[in-house]
Amino acid sequence: MDEAQLVMDTALLAGQILLANGSEIARVEDTMQRIADNAGYRYANIFVLLTGITMSLPDGESTQVRPIHSRTIDLEKVAQVNTLSRQFASDEIDLPTFYQQLRQIEVAVPTFPFWLQELAAIIVSMTLMVAFTGIDAPVKLLFAMLAGGGGYAVFYYVNHELRVRFLSEFLASLVIGFVAYVGIHWLGFTHAAGDAVIIGALMPLVPGVPIMNAFRDTMSGNYLSGPARAVEAVLSVCAIGLGIAIMVSLW
Amino acid sequence: MIHIIIEGILAYAATVGFGIILNIPRHALNVAGWIGAAGWAVYELIVLKSGPQIPLAQMAIGMLTAGLLIGVLSNWAARVKHMPVILFNIPSLVPLVPGGQAYQVIRNLVTGHGNIALDYLGQVIAIAGMIALGFLLSELLVRITYRLRHALKAK
Repeated sequence: MDEAQLVMDTALLAGQILLANGSEIARVEDTMQRIADNAGYRYANIFVLLTGITMSLPDGESTQVRPIHSRTIDLEKVAQVNTLSRQFASDEIDLPTFYQQLRQIEVAVPTFPFWLQELAAIIVSMTLMVAFTGIDAPVKLLFAMLAGGGGYAVFYYVNHELRVRFLSEFLASLVIGFVAYVGIHWLGFTHAAGDAVIIGALMPLVPGVPIMNAFRDTMSGNYLSGPARAVEAVLSVCAIGLGIAIMVSLW
Repeated sequence: MIHIIIEGILAYAATVGFGIILNIPRHALNVAGWIGAAGWAVYELIVLKSGPQIPLAQMAIGMLTAGLLIGVLSNWAARVKHMPVILFNIPSLVPLVPGGQAYQVIRNLVTGHGNIALDYLGQVIAIAGMIALGFLLSELLVRITYRLRHALKAK
């Protein structure tokens, strides 16, 4: 493999990992540009959309494209690419090592185990229920725990096993609504308490990354990718809303 | 005062929890948690005296300040720890998300209270807009200090 091709491959792979794991567009472009610059190919042309990357080197004859078909959220990978790019910029690693390590990131990166994520979802549900509504009776906290934990488990399972977008949010919110429904009908919760359980339990499902990136991409002038992310966020919210609406209409 | 400290601790836990869900690096979790706690505590401080029904204007100012603070602190943390800024500002934003109001929009739409739902929708839009404005102002501040630092270095 000649050097120009390796520069191209490295930059494209770095961009691909960033974009597929929740980075904003400006960071993808900036990182790829730096890689090309530091490898001695200045004025590379890089064009990044939410769904694909195009890159060409000034003297090269070819342009290469990488489509990004699916995006998940794994900010650890974003941080690692960032670290590697810094190391390359300060000459701590050379280009072939950089490329090899990027390949490593794709396959092996530390992730929090499912039980810890589940625990995190439960903590988010309970703490935010108290912070938002001021309701902190132990029984209601227990219900927030069940609803938040159950909702997140369904969300995680559907996302990782069935890989159907938006269905995961919808099913999770159905579960959350059902737990609140049980509380109201069988344990005599007031409607305000049912509301509080649902509000808390929904918080782990908030599409924080699409919302933030929709804002950042639009502000940095990426008028195609920013609104596209906003659509992603709105569809997530609608899926959650639909599930909740169905359960609430049964009250 | 006790109230604000407790709320801050709750926000810290919620931010760290959301950070775990997003799989942010382990050594970023603690800092992100503190930023989330600071943002929520500032919001609570501003709306402290307003009783159970918080006026929209006060809520808006609180969200603006919280967004601004989170933006500035996240940028600072990103520079000090050499990490992307989104690791810090996305999780710490979560306690500010108008989840309660968004839920009330749906609830009231389904139960046939269209005008109450519209009220809440207005709140959701106002809050989201104010947080966004706060972030925008923080970017502005960060850029100004960056320029100033460079100008001082040049002399």
